[in-house]
Amino acid sequence: MAEVIRLEGVRKGYGGGEAPWVEVLHGVDLVLHEGEFVSLAGPSGSGKSTLLNIMGLLEPPNDGALTIAGERAEALDDDARTRLRNRYLGFVFQFHHLLPAFSALENVLMPVFAGTGRLPAGAREHALALLERVGLAEHAGKRPVQLSGGQQQRVAIVRALANRPRLVLADEPTGNLDTQTAAEVFALMHDINREQGVTFLVVTHDERLAQDCPRRVNLVDGRIAPSPALVG
Amino acid sequence: MSFVVTVAFRLMREGRFQTALILAGVTIGVAVVVYITAVVAGLQANIIDKTLSTQAHLVLKPREDENRRLIAPPAGGAVRAEVEKRTQRENTIDDWQQRLDAVRALPGIASGAAIASGPGFATRGGINKSVSLIGVELDDYARIVPLAPKLKAGAIALPTGTVMIGSELARELGLAPGSRLRLLSATGAAQTFTVGAVLDFGLRDLNRRWTLLPLRAAQSLLGYRLEVTELYFRADNLFEADALKARARALTGLDADSWQDNNAQLVVALRSQSASSMMIRVFVTFAVALGIASVLVVSVVQKQREIGILRAMGAPASRIRAIFLLQGALVGGVGSLLGTALGAAMAVGLSRIAITPDGSPLFPVVITPGLFYVTAGVASAVGVLSAFAPAWRAARLDPVEAIRHG
Repeated sequence: MAEVIRLEGVRKGYGGGEAPWVEVLHGVDLVLHEGEFVSLAGPSGSGKSTLLNIMGLLEPPNDGALTIAGERAEALDDDARTRLRNRYLGFVFQFHHLLPAFSALENVLMPVFAGTGRLPAGAREHALALLERVGLAEHAGKRPVQLSGGQQQRVAIVRALANRPRLVLADEPTGNLDTQTAAEVFALMHDINREQGVTFLVVTHDERLAQDCPRRVNLVDGRIAPSPALVG
Repeated sequence: MSFVVTVAFRLMREGRFQTALILAGVTIGVAVVVYITAVVAGLQANIIDKTLSTQAHLVLKPREDENRRLIAPPAGGAVRAEVEKRTQRENTIDDWQQRLDAVRALPGIASGAAIASGPGFATRGGINKSVSLIGVELDDYARIVPLAPKLKAGAIALPTGTVMIGSELARELGLAPGSRLRLLSATGAAQTFTVGAVLDFGLRDLNRRWTLLPLRAAQSLLGYRLEVTELYFRADNLFEADALKARARALTGLDADSWQDNNAQLVVALRSQSASSMMIRVFVTFAVALGIASVLVVSVVQKQREIGILRAMGAPASRIRAIFLLQGALVGGVGSLLGTALGAAMAVGLSRIAITPDGSPLFPVVITPGLFYVTAGVASAVGVLSAFAPAWRAARLDPVEAIRHG
């Protein structure tokens, strides 16, 4: 199976100057393949968010190699990283982070819109079809505040898929939902993963949800734990 | 609509209160600028108009006589000699037709007229009044000094044997159109004229002294043959009179004065008025720019998380920057439209309130389309410039930080 993302010896630290240098990631090696559904676990402070930000091209690593869909990405400038991010990656945040000034449909269209600067033909239909898929077609015109928590997060998942990404990075997507809704949202991501072959990397603390994932990765002290099954 | 336009509009709509606030600021600023510009322009045009309604833009007259030293200073030495100023003869211009035509042909000169003038007396019923005898070719003269608006009684015409007089002289001597009036010059020559028209020159002194008579009659009264004393010219653009002066002087060998020379104090007053109105406009523009910038800076801080999300979704920094630059331009552009309307309304309102006793406006307010365009252009440019700092700040936001702390 084709590699979607490859990290080799990725290091990331913060500080310098006045502040002491603190390294968060001490050389992470990780490969995700097309169609995988992977959970990422680890105690707080283990560097999960930092790792996600680096994989999501939101910040560059200090050292190591990063390849996304065959393109080297660790040393790109901001514009090139933005282009790559827009083309291959989708994000789901813990708090839905939908734009309050825009309707559900407009929020879903936002990655296409933001990346190209305008709306290509067919984008609206694709976005509507995605909303339909998650049962929100009749809510397309509503603002985020008019939706329930579960609906908001489903819109956010659909938004992450709008650009037909290769990899969706989800940072505790169910952390803010009740158990029932969390299970539903998680199941929805599984379904989409199976239907569309999009790779998912999902950070979760919920052991019950993580158990459903075919592959589990553990981050401990800034390194991928050698045997995820033992640590989990 | 493009991403930048859509998001810019949506964010402004979302922050309605701020948008209204900033628009109000720009509107008031622009209104003040438009109002001051319109009122000052109207005021100045009116003052210049009134002043120049009895004056030529450019006057050519004979060179003054000057005494020359008869003793040349020896080499290495000096001769002290008092050189007295001499009395100026009543000098005249001969060959004036040729010179008049030459200057008339200059680009920028609209019209020209020859004047033969000198001191004299008007007498009626044993009463003598000192007057200026001003001989003119009526058609030429009227093109330089508009007479129709000054007519109080009679008709604007100067057939042989008629004279047009000022309203004060008419009152003092009890004259009306059709009355007979005897004019004498200093040479003793005298002739009786019929009053053809009574004019109001707008100044009491001119109304008391000015008598307009046919050129030939004035020449013979004043003892000239075919000469005249001055050549009057009107320029297409009155502010080019000074530039035309030098050319007319070189062309004719005569002395030349522009209206600015003859009204030096007025010119200084107008200049300082223009300068202070410019100062006000500049400072108001600065205040408006600072207002736009500060509101946009706040807006960037408030919209931090949205900006971070848009960046994470794949919006390039340049597009984020464009959103805020466009907001600045929109605020400037829309504010300038509202502001010019408000300023124009205020200026027109003032011209309704400030009226002369007869009900006409004290001064006309000058609102040109150019003022609209310039104001709209400047305001939009100021909007964009003021948005520079906020826009760059927005574009530089780190998406991770912006989403976490926004």
